[in-house]
Amino acid sequence: MSTDQENQVTETPLLSVKDLTTHFFTSEGIVRAVEGASFQIKAGRTLGIVGESGCGKSVAAKSILQLIDRPGRIVGGEVIYSSPQSGSSENLLDFTPTSERMRRFRGGVVSMIFQEPMTSFSPVHTIGNQITEAIRIHSDLSKTESSELAVDWLQKVGIPNPEQSMNEYPDQFSGGQRQRAMIAMALCTNPSMLIADEPTTALDVTTQAQILELLKELAVQNNMATLFITHDLGVIAEIADDVAVMYLGQVVETAPVEEIFSDPKHPYTKALMTSIPTIYALPRQRLPSISGAIPHPQNRPGGCPFHPRCPSFIEGICNTGVPLLTEFNDSNNVRCFLYEASQ
Amino acid sequence: MNDGQTYDRQQITQEEVLLDVRNLKKYFPIHKGFLRREVGSVRAVDDVSFKIYKGETVSLVGESGCGKTTISRCIVRALDPTSGEISYSGEDRDPVDLATISQSSFRSFRKEIQMIFQDPFSSLNPRMTIFEIIGEPLLVNNLGNREERQTRVSELLSEVGLPQEYMQRFPHAFSGGQRQRIGIARALAPQPRLIIADEPVSGLDVSVQAQVINLMMDLQDRFELTYLFVSHDLSVVNQISDRVIVMYVGKIVETGPPQELFKNPKHPYTAALISSLPKPDPAQRTAREALEGEIANPASPPQGCYFHPRCPFAVEICKTEAPELKEIKPGRHVSCHRAEELSLEGIPSINEN
Repeated sequence: MSTDQENQVTETPLLSVKDLTTHFFTSEGIVRAVEGASFQIKAGRTLGIVGESGCGKSVAAKSILQLIDRPGRIVGGEVIYSSPQSGSSENLLDFTPTSERMRRFRGGVVSMIFQEPMTSFSPVHTIGNQITEAIRIHSDLSKTESSELAVDWLQKVGIPNPEQSMNEYPDQFSGGQRQRAMIAMALCTNPSMLIADEPTTALDVTTQAQILELLKELAVQNNMATLFITHDLGVIAEIADDVAVMYLGQVVETAPVEEIFSDPKHPYTKALMTSIPTIYALPRQRLPSISGAIPHPQNRPGGCPFHPRCPSFIEGICNTGVPLLTEFNDSNNVRCFLYEASQ
Repeated sequence: MNDGQTYDRQQITQEEVLLDVRNLKKYFPIHKGFLRREVGSVRAVDDVSFKIYKGETVSLVGESGCGKTTISRCIVRALDPTSGEISYSGEDRDPVDLATISQSSFRSFRKEIQMIFQDPFSSLNPRMTIFEIIGEPLLVNNLGNREERQTRVSELLSEVGLPQEYMQRFPHAFSGGQRQRIGIARALAPQPRLIIADEPVSGLDVSVQAQVINLMMDLQDRFELTYLFVSHDLSVVNQISDRVIVMYVGKIVETGPPQELFKNPKHPYTAALISSLPKPDPAQRTAREALEGEIANPASPPQGCYFHPRCPFAVEICKTEAPELKEIKPGRHVSCHRAEELSLEGIPSINEN
């Protein structure tokens, strides 16, 4: 990549999510799944969103594509997409979920793969059928051309005997194979960005390693940006360029991956880092753990949502005001009073 | 820093065999056709032998389909083994073969062998209060009247770090980590000697995982418990185990203390598992050789060593002859034809200080 291009890349992010807010209006009350989340994805780079269950990472990703079912609704924020070809920007939330523009966008510009590849495929259509359909929706290729392209893609993602596999059903594939086919289906339209929602969580470690390698390789080949959602910090270390850490619907810290691991800023990120067991540690040692549990999203604590569990809690500040995501330096953003004060 | 403690634990552990599993097999028949004729079998557990000493934590690790859960279910007789022996030395009793005794005579062992399950959301009855859930093993084993049970349950709740006022609540009011604590309290209720924990922290968030593992280690030291810990996660296994058993397609491929195993793996499969693990350090990111192929089908495993089609070190003999599990030094067993000659890469010795 030339330096000119790189400069351009740093100036306008491919996708910029600002103050995204998605709520679920359930009969028991409002669940604030995503509460003002902001992050940016640069062209050709991988942003890892990491967080524990209920932090809103999946809902945030689905909100980008407006795949939120009732009772959920996107109630605020912006999702700005800047086309690398034309250079024009548009706020995707200006379009309704069922609009022609959104349908072209989904799968055509931004594709998504999911955790459970068994439930993401139709069980009554062949793999070939489903991949060909995706190609035909997003291009003008004929039936035969599309199916040739589908075979090409099955080959690229490492499915043995791709021609034969075209006529097989998802249940004839193993978990790893299905995830490969899923990736083929997502990428066959040459999207400029891929959203991968826990794509390796259901897989065994040896298969996970294969899929991660494959995703890395394809992202480079197609100069594609990736939004990679996971709860696994090890996977983040392996695949991400930039990281956004989420807690209770908010992004609490963003930084390049090296900095997240070498110098985490937010108390939650720090705590997460020390509480992961590794195979490098001496056995039978107690791990430092974060006290308490993640609150139910209906009982969001007031003030900073992390304050009841925070080791650096400051009475009278953290439980009364809500900290903002502030720029720590060029590449780092932190949402914590400890760093607001130093500004 | 805890070396002294670890050493003491090892001393206790090697004295008394609590559970001796010998040549355990569990085959599931495959039926086909109109007459449901038996056409073959899935060899879920295929000739597995290991010992568990009193007071230690032994972990069974491996990927899906390796038979680790089937073994634990055979030990509690949720499944009847196809063949083999599971010799259990009860308190003040002669060793008994749990594999062959009748279900009714097994009942007297139930309170000594308890289980903790993976999914705390489906393993607690939503219609029972916490008191009923934790008190149930006491009730069915006729341990104490209602009042005594109440005292015991409140004791147990504080043991696992939950307030006693929670006794009358229902499971839905609790988070995953709290539910797992309830599951642990229930397992502890009849004062068991052996606890079989099947992926007890896999369903939990990382910040809660650490709490539960810490709790399990504390309880083990306090009540001299013995754990059989079943997991796919090498990192968790490293933290809690005294000894690790690595399985692949129904067979043991390697055993040893966790750090020895990870630093100096002797079986290519163990080495592959270690290198497949994502490294929690972006600075060490390297293009690595991902293990090729897929886990063998236990219904029609390959000839010879089950791992040979994926093994980068396979030679002729691996394709024809199944290797035996051999002791290469005290406490280390490997089932590989080339164990002696291969030098495999494990984890580097960091964090040694």
